[in-house]
Order: sequence, then C-alpha cells, then structure tokens
Amino acid sequence: MSSLHPSDLQDIEVRLFVQAMQLRYGYDFSGYSPASFKRRVRGATEHFGLATISQLTERALHDETLLTQLIARLSVPVTEMFRNPEVFQQLREDVLPWLSSFPQFNIWQAGCASGEEVYSLAILLEEAGLYDRALIYATDFNEHALDRAREGIYAAREARLFSENYQRAGGSGSLSDYYVAGYDHIKLDARLKRNISFANHNLTADGVFCEAHLILCRNVLIYFSDSLKDRVLTLFRDSLARGGYLCLGNKESLILSTLADEFKPVSSGHAFYRLRSTNAV
Amino acid sequence: MPSRRYRAVVVGASLGGFHALRTLFAALHGRFPWPVIAVLHTATEDVSDMAQLYAARTPLNVSEAPERVAPQAGNVYLAPGGMHLLIETDGRFAFSTEARVNFSRPSIDVLFDSAADVYRSGLIGVVLTGANDDGARGLSAIRSRGGLAIVQNPATAEAPSMPAAALDIAGADYVLDLEKLGPQLNRLAGLDA
Repeated sequence: MSSLHPSDLQDIEVRLFVQAMQLRYGYDFSGYSPASFKRRVRGATEHFGLATISQLTERALHDETLLTQLIARLSVPVTEMFRNPEVFQQLREDVLPWLSSFPQFNIWQAGCASGEEVYSLAILLEEAGLYDRALIYATDFNEHALDRAREGIYAAREARLFSENYQRAGGSGSLSDYYVAGYDHIKLDARLKRNISFANHNLTADGVFCEAHLILCRNVLIYFSDSLKDRVLTLFRDSLARGGYLCLGNKESLILSTLADEFKPVSSGHAFYRLRSTNAV
Repeated sequence: MPSRRYRAVVVGASLGGFHALRTLFAALHGRFPWPVIAVLHTATEDVSDMAQLYAARTPLNVSEAPERVAPQAGNVYLAPGGMHLLIETDGRFAFSTEARVNFSRPSIDVLFDSAADVYRSGLIGVVLTGANDDGARGLSAIRSRGGLAIVQNPATAEAPSMPAAALDIAGADYVLDLEKLGPQLNRLAGLDA
C-alpha cells in the first residue's frame, strides 16, 4: 500500500461528507468548488472540536441539532453595508431610473447572508423615493445568517466602515439616520424592513418563486462549479422580467458561461447585466 | 533544459513586498516556462494599476488572476484585492471571500495550500519580505508534497518576520538575498543566460 498524503485523505473524507449531507438532509454540496469547500469543511471540523472530517460526518449523521450551525459554517456570510460603494453608485445612476418606470417592482437579493446589503438597498431606494413601490425578497440557505438578517443588528465597530461606504456610494444623509447605537451594537431602523421579505431559498435546489426586475447575487457563484453556476444563471434568467438587471460580484464574469449570450453586459467593471429578450434589444 | 519536474511558481509577499516583487519579476527570463502566481498583502481592491507597474519592468505578461482561467506559462498573475485566490482542483483560478486568514485576504497560506494540492511536487513556493507569518504553513504544505521552498534571506528583507517564520515552520531548500531569487528561478528553469 502506498501512503496517502493527509490532504488527499481529506479529499476522500469530504466526498463522504457531501454524500452524507445529501442522503441525510437533502443538502447538495456536490456542485461546490472543491478547493474552498474543503477549507470550510476543515474549518467546521475544527470549530466543533473534532479531529477528522470523518468525525464531523458521523456527528452530522447522528445529531440533527447540529445542522443549522453546520450549514452556517459551510456557507460564507461575509458582507458589509454598501460593500463596493461604486456598485451602489451605479445602481442609483443606471438601474433606479429604470425601476422608477414601474408602479411596482420586485428585487431579489440571492444569498443575502446576514443582511447588510439588503438594508443598504432599502436605504438606497428610500433616498430615491422608490422604496414604497418595491418588494424585496432576501434569501439565503443559511438559517442562522437569515436570523441575523431579520434582526438587523450589527457590531458597532463596523459602523464606521459602513458609514464610509455609504458616503462613497453617494448617500444623501448620514448613515446614523438609519440606526440606533447602544451596547456595542447598531440596530437598523425597523421601518427599513417594511417591504423586505426574508426567506430560506437554496440556489442549488430550489426554483423560481417571483418575477424580479433586479437580482443581486454578489460573490456567491464564485463558490460553484461551472455546471452549478449555469444552473443558477438559468434560474436567474427564468426569474427576471424582460430587460431586468442582474448584478454579480465585481470579479465574477459570465464570459465562460453557456448562459453568457442571454445576458448583455451593461458596462465593464461592476458586473451589471441585463436580460436579453427575443423581442427587444 | 528546464526541469520538467516543476509546473508553477507561487510567491507570497507582505510589508515591503511591492519592491521585492518588482525586483523578482524584473529578473525573470522572457522565456520563463512556468506561470508565476503571487499574493501581495495590500489594502488596494484593484490591483490592475500595480500589474502595469510590474509589467513595465519584466518581459512577462502581468495581470490580475481571472476567475475560472487556468494559469499559463510565461504569465505573472496577481491575486485580486480583498479576495483569497486559490488553485481549484481542476487547475483553474478560484476566488473566495471567506474570513481573513492570518489577518489577511488574500492570504498566502490559502494560495499555497490549494496550489500544493494541485501541483504537488511540481510546485515552487517563494516567501518574501513581510511583518507577519502568513505563508509559513503554506510553504510547509508545499514541502510536504515534495515541492521546492525558497525563502528570502530574512537578514536582508525589508521586514524579516515573514521569511523568518517560514524558515522556522517550513524550512527551505534555498535562502537567498532578493537579487538572487530571480536568477535562481531562471536556473531551475534551465535558463542560465
């Protein structure tokens, strides 16, 4: 028998873990990009104080109370308010005028994580006088992150970064107009939630649930294989209204996707696309 | 003849790294036969300006690593700002916005670790100047796969902690002053001139 490098052994363990999660809970991670997914499985193993990924698999199989925490560890809920302010600037300048032509419009924030971005979006719409025409669906498959998103409470130490981002995004007031601070936390104004609907939706398994004029899904597809990425882009295509906008992460590109022809880049740089349609453009 | 054993070079640099990388890239031969993939800790989100500054001094192409593209010989790739850069198991670039590792994103360890899994004994890892210990565990991973480890001589590095930590934790096959790093890589590639 040749000896196996520990990292190669972990590859085997990750595959068994993926199979166990699929069979036991119906969560399908098989379309995740292996390199970073392996890092997160290792991270979860350490977090739960276990020595091997196989032990994590055993725990996951036998202890369903672990599931929510485990999903939280396997997803990547890294976000901030007005992250990449230039994206929000472009939303304000290019997308909001189009949205304002509708008496009502839907926005789907896919992979909303802990919600910082969806509140940023609500503020942006509020300042443009459009919020009351909007219905925002904020979805994620990480129930733990969704709970945090529903609360809208964030660490006060982040407020300064959030405020800087807000100013750089062209905010017209002060971000502190939208939260109260106390006990090392900031709590966003509950009014911002009035047209946000938080829901559990798993991009790897669930289908279309609304017709959206704008879909934001930033830095989610980077974790998916080519085929899963195409599946999700198909879902977005089928969810978008004619001429609707898709906003991806700054470094994400559709160039190599089989769906590339269905979306027209709005401009270079900030990953905005519009759905082409057979009748228009 | 270039050594057929190697297939890629990964480089990590932090404090003082801009100058160090520029010196290293400038010394590489125009027919350098492997891709060079570098992480520099920087506060900049957009590294394309930096790529141009490097490109002015080296015969190789320098660009930000594009997502889902396989690294090509004779190209220098920089990790994007604010994201981890990984080599996916299919050999292509992948990004991640996961938490910082060693207070850094991009993290050198993350790149080195994933590249070691893919290139195995065909990988050369280079740790340059820096004021932290990122890269040390990644260099260990490279060595444990049979890859080659090169570390900048801490005594002559602008910030010695990072190369010193790499030597402590991983050890190295070569410990060299900055000016000798590029020529050594050329020699490994069979490009003596």
